[in-house]
Amino acid sequence: MKHFIQFIKSLFLLELIKGLSVTGRYFFKRKFTLHYPEEHTPLSPRFRGLHALRRYPNGEERCIACKLCEAVCPALAITIESAERDDGTRRTTRYDIDLTKCIFCGYCEESCPVDSIVETHIFEYHGEERGDLYMTKEKLLAVGDKYEAEIAQARAQDARYR
Amino acid sequence: MIEWITSVLSFLPSELVTVITILIKIVVIVLPLMIAVAYLTYAERKIIGAMQVRIGPNRVGFFGFRMFGLGQPIADALKLMLKEIVIPNNASKFLFLLAPLLLIGPALAAWAVIPFDAQLVLADINAGLLYVLAVTSIGVYGVIIAGWSSNSKYALLGAMRSAAQIVSYEIAMGFALVGVLMAAGSLNFGEIVRGQEGYGFASWYMWPLLPLFVVYFISGVAETNRAPFDVAEGESEIVAGFHVEYSGMPFAVFFLAEYANMILISGLASVMFLGGWLSPIAGLAPDSVFEIPLLGLLLGNGIHWFFAKMAVFLFFFLWLRATFPRYRYDQIMRLGWKVFIPITIFWLLVLGIAILAGLPPWFAAT
Amino acid sequence: MGFEKIIFYLFSALLIMSASMVITVRNPVKAALFLVLSFFACAVVWLLMEAEFLAIVLVLVYVGAVMVLFLFVVMMLDINIERLRAGFISYLPVGIVVALMMAGMLIWIVSGDGSAFNNSVTHNADYSNTRELGRVLYTDFLYSFEIAAVILLVAIIAAISLTLRRRPNTKHQKIENQIAVKRNERVRMVKMKAEEKK
Repeated sequence: MKHFIQFIKSLFLLELIKGLSVTGRYFFKRKFTLHYPEEHTPLSPRFRGLHALRRYPNGEERCIACKLCEAVCPALAITIESAERDDGTRRTTRYDIDLTKCIFCGYCEESCPVDSIVETHIFEYHGEERGDLYMTKEKLLAVGDKYEAEIAQARAQDARYR
Repeated sequence: MIEWITSVLSFLPSELVTVITILIKIVVIVLPLMIAVAYLTYAERKIIGAMQVRIGPNRVGFFGFRMFGLGQPIADALKLMLKEIVIPNNASKFLFLLAPLLLIGPALAAWAVIPFDAQLVLADINAGLLYVLAVTSIGVYGVIIAGWSSNSKYALLGAMRSAAQIVSYEIAMGFALVGVLMAAGSLNFGEIVRGQEGYGFASWYMWPLLPLFVVYFISGVAETNRAPFDVAEGESEIVAGFHVEYSGMPFAVFFLAEYANMILISGLASVMFLGGWLSPIAGLAPDSVFEIPLLGLLLGNGIHWFFAKMAVFLFFFLWLRATFPRYRYDQIMRLGWKVFIPITIFWLLVLGIAILAGLPPWFAAT
Repeated sequence: MGFEKIIFYLFSALLIMSASMVITVRNPVKAALFLVLSFFACAVVWLLMEAEFLAIVLVLVYVGAVMVLFLFVVMMLDINIERLRAGFISYLPVGIVVALMMAGMLIWIVSGDGSAFNNSVTHNADYSNTRELGRVLYTDFLYSFEIAAVILLVAIIAAISLTLRRRPNTKHQKIENQIAVKRNERVRMVKMKAEEKK
């Protein structure tokens, strides 16, 4: 009897019609597609995008060349060289992030003791040649200077959970 | 129109005039068909998108207006035309380039005998049904030659699968067509359609031949290598099957051929089972309905009904693709040989009895 | 020269060319493809002789089905041309005899009084070749037609029974059973309490 019911079901394509009715119903559903360049999804303050090096309000760069980020970076994307500056502090002479290697894990930001290297909410950057995605210290500082307000706001929002 | 052309060209030898008029007729059929193919790809992306709760292409338009992405097929065609034609090492070049033409040729040639309207048919030949069967069976060579000549194992595997599948389903399809030919008592498409006149949609062959109709449509899906029978392409198993090595315009021709075949199957199904250009209410509604100025023309028999029926079938093609997962290869073979062929043969027997008994309204003796 | 004659000579030339290519070309797949081409050209010549049913059936059966299976097999096999050519000399006498017989028959028919050709009748466009053929097959030649059908059926059954090997110990899929499986037969839902932290 069970086999007979199964036979009838498959002969009259009942299960296939059931499947078709599901897609048929979805055909008329409201579509959820986001029209991307005009509309954006909301970003979390923890979003990990393009990197930036921050400065203190007085203009002094935060990075103290401790090289923790270089050590923790799983993709070996960070290269740091340091030297003593005239005023006796240790500063980086070179701070490069190769974005083609970076996996945006955020460990550099986690490891930084002075909140210097951060990942911003910027994800719509591009490079027209390979070198454009090799972020040098100047470029990273420039990003930090440009977006300091947003970066600070995102950190403040997330501060409770850190 | 044709008389006007012959009179203009009367200074040429008569053979040449014949050739030219035939060529003009071919262009008149093929050009709209190609545009239909292009917009079928657009419809496919829109409809499958809608079923997957997306919106599909909506950016490319004309003259800076988006127009729901209507410019997308044109843009795609331009892109494919401008791409390089890559010919693989050790491929047999002539066959490699011949294969796409062999696939699209039959898909277009079969349109010669399909009646769009009571008068509109390029060649009203007696053996129309057989002609269509014969011509469409040539299409498989495009697939086989493409697979063999591109010197690639995936292509060869795809060609093998496709050849076996097309040959198997052609039998079921042929039997389904035998049913139509028994019901109509003619191989001529015009007469097949005229045999379905009478009580509107109730006298379409769809009803007495319902199992054959379903078998025909499913075999048609299998013949065109469309989902869920697309093991010949099987992008998750054999990359893209027989057309892995193709790029640029030859690939575009393969693409066109697939969609042209879909349109052909839909056209054939609507002619043979849904009464082609006949209106579903012709013969049912009182004659006064058809005398209303504009509405009457719309409701009466005409080419627009043929296109509407084709559109329904094409929608089904896309709907099936959006719904079902791909069949496994042995299941395809089982379905073709062990399910469809017995069903069709059984129904031919039933049909023979019904015709002998003169079952009204379809087979009532006149 | 009329339009039909141009087509006739065109396709006859194509037929002869492709038929000779079938036996001269080295690659078996290409030979099979030339055979397809010669069938096709032959069908066109038949069409010119108003044998449209036979022409279409030639394309449908030989081109559409038989040659596809041929190609299918030829493409799978790795045919060694050298081994095939080895017996060429020993088969040559038989071949020559058959060829001479064929040629003699052709010459006999062609050089006759032409009675084999002159009784061809031309018909109007509304004459249905298919209908006439069907009428003749199912009335005058009914018995021979049915006997031919039965012989073919016997051949099919014989071919199947020759290749059918019963191997009771092999495992293979029973698709019917696979399809008939219900979720409940394969999956058991187990309710468990979440483990508590200690």
